[in-house]
Amino acid sequence: MFLIYCPFCGEREQSEFKAGGEAHIVRPKQPTELSDDEWAEYLFMRKNIKGVQFERWNHIHGCRKWFNMVRDTSNDEIKAVYKMGEKPPTK
Amino acid sequence: MTKNLRVKTSKLIDKTNRISFKFNGTKYYGFKGDTLASALLANDVHLVGRSFKYHRPRGIMTAGSEEPNAIIQLHDNTSRTEPNVRATEVEIYEGLEASSQNCWPSVNFDIGGINNLLSPLLPAGFYYKTFMWPASFWKKYEYFIRKSAGLGKSPVEPDPDVYEHRYIHCDVIVIGAGISGIIAAKISAKNGLKTLLVDERPYLGGSTIYQNSDYFKINNQNSGSWLEKEINELKKLENLEIKTRTSVAAYHGYNFLLARESLTDHLPIEQRNNKTRQKLLKIRAKKVITATGAIERPLIFDNNDRPGILLSSAIKKYADLYGVACGEKNILLTNNDSAYETAISLIQKGIKVESIIDNREQVNSKLVKEVEKNNIKIFKGFTVVNTSGYKRINKVSIMQLSKDGEKVIGSKTTLNCDCLGVSGGWTPAVHLFTQSGGKLRFREEDQVFIPLTYNSKQISIGSCNGEFTLDEILTNTPKLLIKFLEIKDTNYDNVDVKSSYSKLKRNIWLLPSDKILGKTKPFVDYQNDSTAKDIKLALKEGFRSIEHVKRYTTTGMGTDQGKLGNMHALGIISETADAKMGELGTTTFRPPYTPLTFGTIVGRNVGEYFDIFRKTPIHDWHVKNNAEFENVGQWKRAWYYPINNEDMHQAVQRESKAARDSAGILDASTLGKIDIQGTDASEFLNRVYTNAWSKLAIGKCRYGLMLNEDGMVYDDGVTTRLAENHYIMTTTTGGAANVMGKLEDYLQTEWPELDVYLTSVTDHFATISVCGPNSKKIVSSVISDLDFTDEKFPHMSFQNAKIDKINCRVMRISFTGEHSYEINVQANYGKSVWEKCMEAGKDFNITPYGTETMHLLRAEKGFIIVGQDTDATMTPIDLQMDWIVSKKKYDFIGKRSLYRSDTIREDRKQLVGLLTENPDEVLEEGAQIVADIKKSPVEMLGHVTSSYYSPNLKKSIALGVVRGGKNMMGQKLIIPMEKKLINVTITDPVFLDKENKRLNA
Repeated sequence: MFLIYCPFCGEREQSEFKAGGEAHIVRPKQPTELSDDEWAEYLFMRKNIKGVQFERWNHIHGCRKWFNMVRDTSNDEIKAVYKMGEKPPTK
Repeated sequence: MTKNLRVKTSKLIDKTNRISFKFNGTKYYGFKGDTLASALLANDVHLVGRSFKYHRPRGIMTAGSEEPNAIIQLHDNTSRTEPNVRATEVEIYEGLEASSQNCWPSVNFDIGGINNLLSPLLPAGFYYKTFMWPASFWKKYEYFIRKSAGLGKSPVEPDPDVYEHRYIHCDVIVIGAGISGIIAAKISAKNGLKTLLVDERPYLGGSTIYQNSDYFKINNQNSGSWLEKEINELKKLENLEIKTRTSVAAYHGYNFLLARESLTDHLPIEQRNNKTRQKLLKIRAKKVITATGAIERPLIFDNNDRPGILLSSAIKKYADLYGVACGEKNILLTNNDSAYETAISLIQKGIKVESIIDNREQVNSKLVKEVEKNNIKIFKGFTVVNTSGYKRINKVSIMQLSKDGEKVIGSKTTLNCDCLGVSGGWTPAVHLFTQSGGKLRFREEDQVFIPLTYNSKQISIGSCNGEFTLDEILTNTPKLLIKFLEIKDTNYDNVDVKSSYSKLKRNIWLLPSDKILGKTKPFVDYQNDSTAKDIKLALKEGFRSIEHVKRYTTTGMGTDQGKLGNMHALGIISETADAKMGELGTTTFRPPYTPLTFGTIVGRNVGEYFDIFRKTPIHDWHVKNNAEFENVGQWKRAWYYPINNEDMHQAVQRESKAARDSAGILDASTLGKIDIQGTDASEFLNRVYTNAWSKLAIGKCRYGLMLNEDGMVYDDGVTTRLAENHYIMTTTTGGAANVMGKLEDYLQTEWPELDVYLTSVTDHFATISVCGPNSKKIVSSVISDLDFTDEKFPHMSFQNAKIDKINCRVMRISFTGEHSYEINVQANYGKSVWEKCMEAGKDFNITPYGTETMHLLRAEKGFIIVGQDTDATMTPIDLQMDWIVSKKKYDFIGKRSLYRSDTIREDRKQLVGLLTENPDEVLEEGAQIVADIKKSPVEMLGHVTSSYYSPNLKKSIALGVVRGGKNMMGQKLIIPMEKKLINVTITDPVFLDKENKRLNA
């Protein structure tokens, strides 16, 4: 079970959190302008990387805040956490 | 004839404390300190069970948690009975009763033993190959297979014991209290680190604590005495918690470990009352030191499973620790120096060692010389090729090994014995290490897997790290710990160690025989009865992956997870398939290390705490008034209120009629309620609902439908505008938490610029819904100072009011199609307001109704229930609810998906009404809907989602989803049931009061 550093509350157990899938997928500002294929790209296509992955997490049984996490899915190492709207770490 | 198998001195046995116990109905005696296994051996009982597949007689093989054979049933036919308990771990107590498993009628005469004779017919994969044909016979086979499968009997009465969970946070956990673990715990605690030391055994000191030969010395004392002093000092340390009888079951990521602490299992039953039996420790450690030791390997040869064949180290342990001789004529078979340690111990205790058969040709270590000095014959370069003795070994046949070790040569010699100790070297216990995600490497010299890379802050020390000799352990452990714990020194720098153990080993995974493999039974996995033959057969049949071979042959799939034989299975695969061990890797070690009881896992979450439920503030009233309850999410909701022995149908018919004829009352407190505030609240609602919200006047209510981004209906409910920037949203009971989560998600991640705040207020309000033609009279008498005229308080509007001094929000909204009011009050006034309504409604036959009547009433009106009439494939268009989808709004969640090529298909499943040809025939929910019964295969067009007998319409009504149903009004379809075909007609889903006259009646 992970220990996750919530950017608002500090270190907590994984059981307090909910995973929310891939991060940095922005909802199109003008969905009506998009073709079926373009909309499907936003709606359905997600990466599933073995290695470093950017993810959304929610401290659902805590402060209820969403935040981002960089996690290595091969060994579950959490490399960084950062708030929504902040730039993802480059390294 | 009774033999005296007890020796004079031993480490653990208290001879002044005699204990009686029963095994298979016979009374025996042992002493305090004994395990069930040691006490049985002292009574010359070797035969303790039958094997799983061939029902071969099996005896005690080990002296620890790795035991594959001596698994027994404790306290049969009582509420405390427990199957699959390792006799080697059970500490005896007065009154203990145990019995053998896998045998009928008795362990001495077991009918299943015939399987042993049939064994040529039971090869690997036997079940897969034999019971496949004909397919229709599987049901019959399955019955017999299930009957003969399984180990032991589960209890049939509730568990009388109490279990607990405890969280432990520490700087360092040391797993295993052998010599390395003791040293590590001492170093850690002395350096001010909060340390936890756990060991599965009831005593500290591992296998060193009973070591008292001159060949292993530390600072000129024998190693056992030295360690004892260390332990005494250790116990005085602060910062240290020591837990014995505590088995670490699982090692998860981020140094999270689960351990089972046994607190009363060693006590007589009558002393266990009111005490916690076992605790599940949930341990989060900053650093983990694994000192789990090593498990001795058996050797694989023909008939290597007879009672009386034990691991050599187990024979030593029974003699030194428990003072028990496993036999009077002992022979040892070995490929390394360990058996000589055993021999020396036995000689010291006066137990006869007949001879040692050593696979190695050239041996002359100090230990070997000492044994030779005692005139014990050593057969160098020899091996055992067969054994005899059905219920106890009585002979071994030995032959010389060829130079390359691939065959046996010369003539066969037969030796008499009553006990054979085997030693195939040692396997580091890396189970926990690999559970944590650590990677292993294979060390060719002595053919062992040892830790290579760690996945968290942890270290393996001692023999689980492949350090098998005393000098290695005492030299390396302090060095490793200085680095790992980031400390300066350890006080172990100048320890003088004398170890006489030679590392020379001759590793042969499958010892050769004078017979062809097909004629022999060399067991690899004792518990699951798989032999070297089975493994080779699997390879011959094309299995390559070790995970596949494991499953096909069931090697390593017993309750012991193959702690003894897995390495040999790998070795045989490696040799046969000509693949390198290191490349083959091991099979996955899974938690728990040793089996856990269900009690430990659930802890206190039993009975009413098993699945905690939520009660509305009016719950007690429902209970008092005889309600039957239904589970909705975590909620207990009143389902119906039977009077005078009514069944559900009768009660629901009565409640439904009363609600439309006069008045009904429903506890709707479970509906999700979300308080929405902020200057952008209206804009927010515009984006999350399909319909428009900006123009909703203050004090008005509106029904809303919420979609997922894929266009499918997610939730629905009425939202009320309380003030300019203040709304209260209601959601479905089951969807409340998810809706809240979804709204927060969009607010925080997609639209952080919106000024909106969400608060869940579900629990803060009690909601009482009063409906029916007399609802106005009832509610207006409860709330006297409010104008109830249609002009002032029309349908879909809201008023603040007071009941006595209690503030309440009253919405005139309806889920039944009747004129109705929803009164929301602070939760703790809920019951009193409910009772006021009941009192005021007395003259109008106000009838409390439950969820079943609510469902019926809304179905009459064709209102959907999200989750019943919809699943995650229904759009609002599919539901014929086009009217609620705004055409003007530029965007809302799910809008774009409503005109994807898939969602605009005409032949999607669409919601329709269904009327049966026979008005008394009520359809079954979930029943399939078809058009043509003759076509093969019959094409399924949809299914029934809601179905009731309507007492108000006096006919059966149903809702269903049908492919292309929207354009099939009036068409006749068929609902095929098991014994009949039911004819139905597709209709509009609104059955009652299409003109909504009753809302304003």
